[in-house]
Amino acid sequence: MRLPRGSDLSGLRLQASARSAAFWLFVAPFLIGLLIFNYIPIGWSAYLSFFDAQGTVTPDTFVGLSNYADMLTGPFAQSLLTFSVFALFIVPLTFALALGLAVAVNRIRFARTFFRSVFFLPTACSYVVAAMVWKLSLFSGVRFGLANTVLDWFGQDPVAWLSNPDPPWYWVVLVTARLWLQVGFYMILFIAGLQRIPDSLYEAAFVDGAKPGWQVFRHVTFPQLRPTSIAVLLLSLIAAYQAFDEFYNLLGTARGYPDFGRPPLVYLYYLALGQTQDYGHGSAGALILALLIALVTLAQGRLLGFGRQEA
Amino acid sequence: MRGYSRRGFLGMAGGVTAAGLLAACGSNTGRGGGSGGDTIEQWYHAYGETGVQQAVERYAKAYDKGTVHVQWNPGDYDSKIASALAASSGPDVFESTLRVDMVRSKQIVSLDDLLGDARSDFTESVLASHTVDGQVYGIPQAVDMQMLFYRKSLLQKAGLQPPRSVDELIDAAHKLTTGKVKGLFLGNDGGVGVLAGPALWSAGLDYLTPDNKVGFDDPLAAESVGKLRTLFTSNSLLLGAPADWSDPSAFTQGLTAMQWTGLWTVPAVQKALGDDFGVLPWPALNGAGKASVPFGAYGSMVNAKSKKIDAAKAYVKWLWIERGDYQQDFDLSYGFHIPARKSLAAKADKLKSGPAADAVRFVQDLGKPSNPPPWTAKMQLALSDSLNKIVRSGGNATTELKNTVTQVQDELKRLNG
Repeated sequence: MRLPRGSDLSGLRLQASARSAAFWLFVAPFLIGLLIFNYIPIGWSAYLSFFDAQGTVTPDTFVGLSNYADMLTGPFAQSLLTFSVFALFIVPLTFALALGLAVAVNRIRFARTFFRSVFFLPTACSYVVAAMVWKLSLFSGVRFGLANTVLDWFGQDPVAWLSNPDPPWYWVVLVTARLWLQVGFYMILFIAGLQRIPDSLYEAAFVDGAKPGWQVFRHVTFPQLRPTSIAVLLLSLIAAYQAFDEFYNLLGTARGYPDFGRPPLVYLYYLALGQTQDYGHGSAGALILALLIALVTLAQGRLLGFGRQEA
Repeated sequence: MRGYSRRGFLGMAGGVTAAGLLAACGSNTGRGGGSGGDTIEQWYHAYGETGVQQAVERYAKAYDKGTVHVQWNPGDYDSKIASALAASSGPDVFESTLRVDMVRSKQIVSLDDLLGDARSDFTESVLASHTVDGQVYGIPQAVDMQMLFYRKSLLQKAGLQPPRSVDELIDAAHKLTTGKVKGLFLGNDGGVGVLAGPALWSAGLDYLTPDNKVGFDDPLAAESVGKLRTLFTSNSLLLGAPADWSDPSAFTQGLTAMQWTGLWTVPAVQKALGDDFGVLPWPALNGAGKASVPFGAYGSMVNAKSKKIDAAKAYVKWLWIERGDYQQDFDLSYGFHIPARKSLAAKADKLKSGPAADAVRFVQDLGKPSNPPPWTAKMQLALSDSLNKIVRSGGNATTELKNTVTQVQDELKRLNG
């Protein structure tokens, strides 16, 4: 670094310390918040996970890894498995639908804003409200529920969508609700991505003789959407493992939540935050879940080559 | 990115963070200063009936030995109380059902010395539901109960008598099911949530035995729970109704001929159906068991972490033991509850005739606490999982219940050594 003419070292030091004061002034509030609300709780949670911490957050009975063992052999493991399968299913589905909608909406020449808003609006809807609409009117088990009315036109008996897990029709309700709520948000991400693609690329493709349609999409549009695709895959994967709101409101009752279709966080809610207050097992479960999400995300990245430099 | 940051937060930080947040919510109770003066903080859950909130605030204002601040808590009150008691920010006085873990974790104080002569005036079974190891921890406020409602006219039309056994109930539900009306409504989960207790009691069993062992390690339990599975697959149960079992709509709107619900719906049902309904306990399984009704009573308790335990106890004694007039007002002027005090129950005109009188008789003769103190939420979670597997998913009743027995035994060992 070249010293400016006429400056002496003490002045420089003063400047530097002023700059560092400014740095801390701006960063400190965020950092303190992060520390108090994220890192300390995570650390404390890790601490609790090795103790018998029922009804207390200052436990004194060390139990080693037994909380982890309990969580990995109990119903929580079943939840993790179910929601790994759920993620495997919902992530590609969300991705394909959001991308399809984005391309379609981006292509139409009239009322584009209208269609964009129509598909995006459900994102602004409360999960609880949507769950209530799904549960009480679309997929209510009585004969006048919308889905059952449609079945009735075809002479079918009404289905108790959310009550009877055999056959597991409840997934139809859960998956449609989730798609309706989330696809619009990912669609907007894709639209933003699409609008970033320079026209010159399409022109070049045209000159090179690429056929409009699939060929252009396959070789120009999709590769150009790579950063957006990565974001959508990551976010929807994490959202799948962290499912709570609409599941809790669709399948839960005042008397609890059934053992089927139970997201890991719903199980943890009943175990650690309801009347049970078992922070030891709850913390172990939360850390297992966080670890699993991290692992799956890394695996997904490795598989699809997220980390690689873009060409 | 709706929900991402909040849920990411929850997922990463787990229970502790949320507990901290809940505790933070709980501490902002507007009690102002804390050390200044003798303000007693009192919590209620949000009663549905109009006027209860104003009533309890009126009682609090009338207390002349200190200031009482009443907080009304809508939402999942039981979980909120559980969190507040684990943290150090809870109220001084609150209403709750009693669970043994609250006593074991020393979250509440014994109120045994407050009762005095009034002890014999409380219905024994109700007071027992607030007693652990012979000590009373909650002063019962009002009693609620659940029972089976049936449409007299529909049973008559089908040539049926009110069912006296579980098999008769299954048969009646089947015969009462026509194209548009289902025979029976036990809740959208097929009764899994509310009928665990009645199913055990009807086989002469219980959650736990009096000497604190598992009470349903018996083939009869599998048989009794199996009856719920029979009902669930019989096509005569109403499932997926817009309002759940605690609401009388399915019954009053004619979606079902019989419904399991509670005493609190009697006024609404009377208004809709007049005299065309009767009530029954959950019937006995066979010779071994007994008909039963579950009852629950919130009791007034004192937080062991309170800075003014003596003042809080004095207030509880004044409100729930000395001021019988307030209790009478609280129990009978707004909703439809049974007073926990025998002397007040005897004065209740509303409870002297018809289905309400039957309900009072059921509680006295057949009543079982729906939340017995030694039966913890963790045990309930285990039992509820196995009932869901058996009744809704068709799992093997014997294996699933055996599994639950083991889990409950572990929890008993943890609590009692």
